[in-house]
Amino acid sequence: MFDTLQDRLAATFKSLRGKGRITDADIDATTREIRVALLEADVNLAVVKDFVAGVKQKAKGSELSKALNPAQQIIKIVNEELIDILGGDTRFIRFAKQPPTVIMLAGLQGAGKTTLAGKLGAWLKSEGHSPLLVAADLQRPNAVQQLQVVAERAKVGVYAPQPGNGVGDPVQVARDSIDHARHGLFDVVIIDTAGRLGVDEEMMRQASRIKEQTRPDETLFVVDAMIGQDAVNTALAFEQGVGIDGVVLTKLDGDARGGAALSIAKVIGRPIMFASNGEKLEDFDVFHPDRMASRILGM
Amino acid sequence: LSADRIDDDTWDDFEATLISSDLGVAPTGELVESLRQKLRVEGISDPGQAKSLLRSELLGLVDPGLDRGLNLDHEPGQPAVVLVVGVNGTGKTTTVGKLGRMLVADGRSVLFGAADTFRAAAAEQLTTWGDRVGVETVRGEEGADPASVAFAAVDQGIQRGVDVVLVDTAGRLHTKVGLMDELGKVKRVVEKKAPVGEVLLVLDATTGQNGLTQARVFSEVVDITGIVLTKLDGSAKGGIVVQVQRDLGVPVKFIGLGEGVDDLAPFDADQFVDGILGD
Ligand SMILES: Nc1nc2c(ncn2[C@@H]2O[C@H](COP(=O)(O)OP(=O)(O)OP(=O)(O)O)[C@@H](O)[C@H]2O)c(=O)[nH]1
Ligand SMILES: Nc1nc2c(ncn2[C@@H]2O[C@H](COP(=O)(O)OP(=O)(O)OP(=O)(O)O)[C@@H](O)[C@H]2O)c(=O)[nH]1
Ligand SMILES: [K+]
Ligand SMILES: [Mg+2]
Ligand SMILES: [Mg+2]
Repeated sequence: MFDTLQDRLAATFKSLRGKGRITDADIDATTREIRVALLEADVNLAVVKDFVAGVKQKAKGSELSKALNPAQQIIKIVNEELIDILGGDTRFIRFAKQPPTVIMLAGLQGAGKTTLAGKLGAWLKSEGHSPLLVAADLQRPNAVQQLQVVAERAKVGVYAPQPGNGVGDPVQVARDSIDHARHGLFDVVIIDTAGRLGVDEEMMRQASRIKEQTRPDETLFVVDAMIGQDAVNTALAFEQGVGIDGVVLTKLDGDARGGAALSIAKVIGRPIMFASNGEKLEDFDVFHPDRMASRILGM
Repeated sequence: LSADRIDDDTWDDFEATLISSDLGVAPTGELVESLRQKLRVEGISDPGQAKSLLRSELLGLVDPGLDRGLNLDHEPGQPAVVLVVGVNGTGKTTTVGKLGRMLVADGRSVLFGAADTFRAAAAEQLTTWGDRVGVETVRGEEGADPASVAFAAVDQGIQRGVDVVLVDTAGRLHTKVGLMDELGKVKRVVEKKAPVGEVLLVLDATTGQNGLTQARVFSEVVDITGIVLTKLDGSAKGGIVVQVQRDLGVPVKFIGLGEGVDDLAPFDADQFVDGILGD
């Protein structure tokens, strides 16, 4: 098995060494390898097809560079195209003109929302803000307590007026948290919500009501980097059901290639803003499109 | 030659269906290739017939004949011990809760061991599950050594004469050597008290190709005996378990279908294949 795209392409081009130019047949052979590499990285099939078609076109129209061999030239095109999609208008959190700034977290079960709430809180605090974490997951067993512990570790405020475990109305908690923040002089509100499936219409409506009641400045879709082909369905469901402003990719400390990042960025056209890479508060970074491109390609 | 009369669109559909379920590029290629050959040999050119052959090929891969029962054998005076492992957030704690429910309904006495001493409120979460399903939970202090908590749970199980001890462990990425060593230690320490008859790897159905790497590494460390495929109530198909089953030689035993106490079911190969092929 080839480990990296570079190895794959080198093998494809071995027979062509000495040729002065890339032929259409070379490009076809190469793009077949790229297709496999992307699929093995969990890029969505439809996205792969589009992407490969785009690369083909660019490769055919491109000028030959004397400094690079054919494999390197194609990799360069692929890499640039990936970074372009992943990095389209990368930006930081938009703060409200009139505090508090409201950040709502949404995503599938177990993606890393509650952990992220703590990380965002700690990071914003270090930037001079005064964040309040809001326990609006009243469903998952002991989610409220988990958020309380996380807030304590991050040394930020927490609003948890309901015990959870099925008791309390998450929409009301979220709505009330805004007043609570104003009175307590918190300038950023981070709302932790229950994990939900894209196909769960009732839960999607609940998320949409939380959003209506709190008018977030940022609604962040939190997604596990290990997710496979379903990433696109799920991202579309959250985009349609809730509306997404940005994406956070979690568990990047593993060895998943994370092709879902490309699928999601391409299909919903929202920037990936942050990368979560560990279980501790400080395991958190802004997203780097170039690193992600290399990772997807296995380079 | 008949296979050639099935048009490219049909082959593309087959391929798209299999890839989109996370079956993987190589298994999909193999399956489609073997299907092409069979169609040629049997002279089949009707897409409907081709599809039903695809179904039976896929079913063959999933292997309906595997024994998917939970191993609860135990010596007199010792409980059966089930260790539940996996990467972060896949549904381990929830699965322990649901399995407890299933076993209690079966008339067995059960004890939970909360060997996730790391994640915030993990032991509380398991205790809540225990309260829901009528099972007691043995816990340690936050930050306590997980192996000693697991040991204490099995020890309690012996003293109380329970049938089964279910041990929940912290989520850990297979890339973290220290955490994987810790998991190996949990199992070794428990086995000083009683053999661990089942090690269930909990895989999330949304997981892509990384699931295979996860399974391999966990299997090296704690010798997986069964797979639980969770979150199949979503739109993900969980196709990666086909490679995992084949690679590890261990069956998927249960599926998770929701967040409620009764949302655990035995794995059914036919239903799984129907889920992938969309019938
Ligand atoms: N290794 C690693 N683990 C993470 C990361 N982010 C979160 N986790 C872990 O993933 C698991 C799930 O995280 P949570 O924050 O509880 O996820 P959630 O989205 O709030 O889950 P639900 O509320 O149940 O939907 C926990 O074990 C976390 O410690 C990360 O970046 N890397
Ligand atoms: N829809 C659905 N959600 C599930 C299923 N199994 C678990 N969950 C949810 O997934 C999230 C994570 O479940 P946990 O049981 O905490 O997962 P875990 O593997 O113990 O997580 P860590 O201990 O943090 O690694 C929770 O919100 C569960 O309610 C399932 O089969 N279907
Ligand atoms: K499903
Ligand atoms: Mg949570
Ligand atoms: Mg757990």
